[in-house]
Amino acid sequence: MSTTDYQIESEILIDAPAEVVWRTITEPDQITQWFADKVELEVTPGGRGYMGFGEQGGPVVVETVDPPNRFSYRWNHPTGEEPTTLNSLLVEFTLVREGDRTRLRVVESGLGSIARTDIDKQRYASEHNEGWAKFLDRLAGVHSERT
Amino acid sequence: MKIEPDDDLWAAIADPSRRRVLDLLVQHGEATASWLAGEVPFTRQAVSKHLVVLEEVGLIARRKQGREVLYRVEAGRLDEATRAMAAVARQWDRRLESIKRLAEAAHAEATRKRSAASS
Repeated sequence: MSTTDYQIESEILIDAPAEVVWRTITEPDQITQWFADKVELEVTPGGRGYMGFGEQGGPVVVETVDPPNRFSYRWNHPTGEEPTTLNSLLVEFTLVREGDRTRLRVVESGLGSIARTDIDKQRYASEHNEGWAKFLDRLAGVHSERT
Repeated sequence: MKIEPDDDLWAAIADPSRRRVLDLLVQHGEATASWLAGEVPFTRQAVSKHLVVLEEVGLIARRKQGREVLYRVEAGRLDEATRAMAAVARQWDRRLESIKRLAEAAHAEATRKRSAASS
């Protein structure tokens, strides 16, 4: 995570046990109801998959599988290439029990690294700490509606 | 499966150094590459490269004044970029809303079946 810059975070409180939420985010026939149209997914670390969106689509590689707590995968890397921190986005789901309910948090990160590969390795340590969200907020006065 | 709506735009703004350059132009209005280089902790060459990338995606424009080249932010394109970024952030909010709806429906259904079976 230290090399990433782009980061989007969101979370929601769900009135269902973590095991139920886990199935919703990991089972292909569930994923098609909230995400891609076509989903193939092997839910095991290093497992391969595919997510299709209409005409478009691309490969997915699963990273972390820790039911019902953590699930992560990389995507957006070029078809035929292995995903790395430099060519893909990491999507991480975290499930935390809150009584009978589950707080689901998602973090998507990594795009900053893509852009960085084609520029000089400059001294931007001071700028590096300035997060994407902060930039976004300042630039447009956009204030997050997320919880 | 592309980052909506414009990969080049994302790549242009994703770099912290370029964001710094863009920020300076937003705050300062028009500026030369030399002036910008004086405000950032990286080289004049790097500033020039960043300006090329930003200009290519239409976030900034240049004009000549005498022997100087002045750069300025293209407000319309910046608005567009900002809206696009906010839209991507909202995509996950919408997906989480859907996950919530699905999981809660599945849970309610399972609870109903259990209580029906036990009665």
